[in-house]
Amino acid sequence: MEMFIIGLTIFVLAIFVGFEIITKIPPTLHTPLMSGSNAISGITVVGAVLSAGSQHTVVTTTLGVLAVIFATINCVGGFMVTNRMLAMFKKKS
Amino acid sequence: MSALINIGYLVASVLFILGLKGLTHPRTAVRGNLLGAVGMLLAVLLTLTNQRIISYEWIILGLIIGGAIGAALAIKIEMTSMPELVAVFNGFGGIASVLVAGAALLENTLGLEVPMMQLTIAIAASGLIGAVTFWGSLVAFGKLKGLIGDNAILFSGQQIINAILAVTVLALSCWVVVDPANGIAYWLLVGVASALGVLLVIPVGGADMPVVVALLNSYSGLAAAATGFVLSNNVLIITGSLVGASGLILTQIMCKAMNRSLTNVLFGVLAPVGDGGPTADEVYGGKVKSTSPEEVAMLFETARRVCIIPGYGMAVSQAQHPVASLAALLESRGTKVEYGVHPVAGRMPGHMNVLLAEADVPYEALRDMDETNEDIDQVDIALVIGANDVVNPVARTDPNSAIAGMPIIDVDKAKTVVVIKRSLSPGFAGIPNPLFALDNSLMLFGDGKKAVLDMIAALKDS
Repeated sequence: MEMFIIGLTIFVLAIFVGFEIITKIPPTLHTPLMSGSNAISGITVVGAVLSAGSQHTVVTTTLGVLAVIFATINCVGGFMVTNRMLAMFKKKS
Repeated sequence: MSALINIGYLVASVLFILGLKGLTHPRTAVRGNLLGAVGMLLAVLLTLTNQRIISYEWIILGLIIGGAIGAALAIKIEMTSMPELVAVFNGFGGIASVLVAGAALLENTLGLEVPMMQLTIAIAASGLIGAVTFWGSLVAFGKLKGLIGDNAILFSGQQIINAILAVTVLALSCWVVVDPANGIAYWLLVGVASALGVLLVIPVGGADMPVVVALLNSYSGLAAAATGFVLSNNVLIITGSLVGASGLILTQIMCKAMNRSLTNVLFGVLAPVGDGGPTADEVYGGKVKSTSPEEVAMLFETARRVCIIPGYGMAVSQAQHPVASLAALLESRGTKVEYGVHPVAGRMPGHMNVLLAEADVPYEALRDMDETNEDIDQVDIALVIGANDVVNPVARTDPNSAIAGMPIIDVDKAKTVVVIKRSLSPGFAGIPNPLFALDNSLMLFGDGKKAVLDMIAALKDS
């Protein structure tokens, strides 16, 4: 139970941090914000890697590997496309 | 060792927060995104040192396949298709949560001990939110891509079916929690939640898509946070809640910019049109003045200040590059050019800004709605390209109209308004736009890209 309460505390506090930071992001950057935040939500890859590697049963390994693939697409694709977009935002030369 | 890993996860979380903070300014944004990527790499590398991992072949295979697909998508995608890509990525985050929670459920019920209730609650939440996100995102993708009708799909009894599905989902969640060893309950939950995800997005129409994409973004974060509770992993909880908060804020901004409540958007309810709203004939009859690219070019010659208001139509006709060339040409002749971007122009938050940035428009020239409205009365020519409802003055003047109270860009207050549009057909709100019939308005009928190219040619000839 204690783990759960700690987790809940972190969850609530992190939401407040998120609100504080994200309200300061200008509308110009809202699309990169979505793709970039999307990329970091691919953090599920951490859990996926554990399931894929711990080899409990064939089923859990399969689920894990599929999850690794999806989450990695999310991370790699998300960061790369965000980088591509952000590189286009230039100052007046 | 485990303490060390956890400290590393903390560093990764800090990197994510700093990364998002970098996005508060275009100057620091590229570095911010890189910090986020470094945080992710760190988190994955640390996880690979976990002693629970027995073999690496499958992990590496998964990372390679996923990385290759992700990279290919990121490199190939056209900027106009960005909303589709973000929708798909949201969905992939969701399905990953479903799979991880499913695997965790099996791992924890193989032994003799009964898993703790908070674990099973988190697993049910993970599966539920993940499945709604995945299927909702796929439908959003289909709509944005034009594979399924862009319009709101409504049928009778929709609300009742949704309610029944919602209750079923809750009941199945309870089943997972009380009887986790039962292998079927979880996947049944995922199945019903999938149906709910499809039905929740189906009724949402084209111009409301920014809200849905933002909301699904939020869900994908919440799914990751729920998975964090399943694994008792703080980096997932922190990251998930950051993304959840981000999506929620964007959702709120989009709703405000349309003066619609979230429930109205989600259930495909457009504000009821007041009785006796003027018909298109009454609004336009004999009052619409049509113009030519040559005539507009002549107007540009004497203009000192031009404001371009882009809409989804600019994205559809891929007119961003010609628009930027036109602006550059005008600037070289001493005319000041700026862009007024409405928050919901396009199909996702910030869509127009990305397209214009792609066409090398400097970000200082991109102004938001409030900035634009502050001094639009000093603008000589407001050039509206592919936008309709977001410049409809009825929102301000007629309290009975479908878009009453929606904040708009007040282009009608500019000295001259030039609207590039294919025809007088109404926008998403389905109402006529009196802007087109104003004394200071000129309509330039035709394809956005072609019209702008013709204007450039005419300007160069003169």
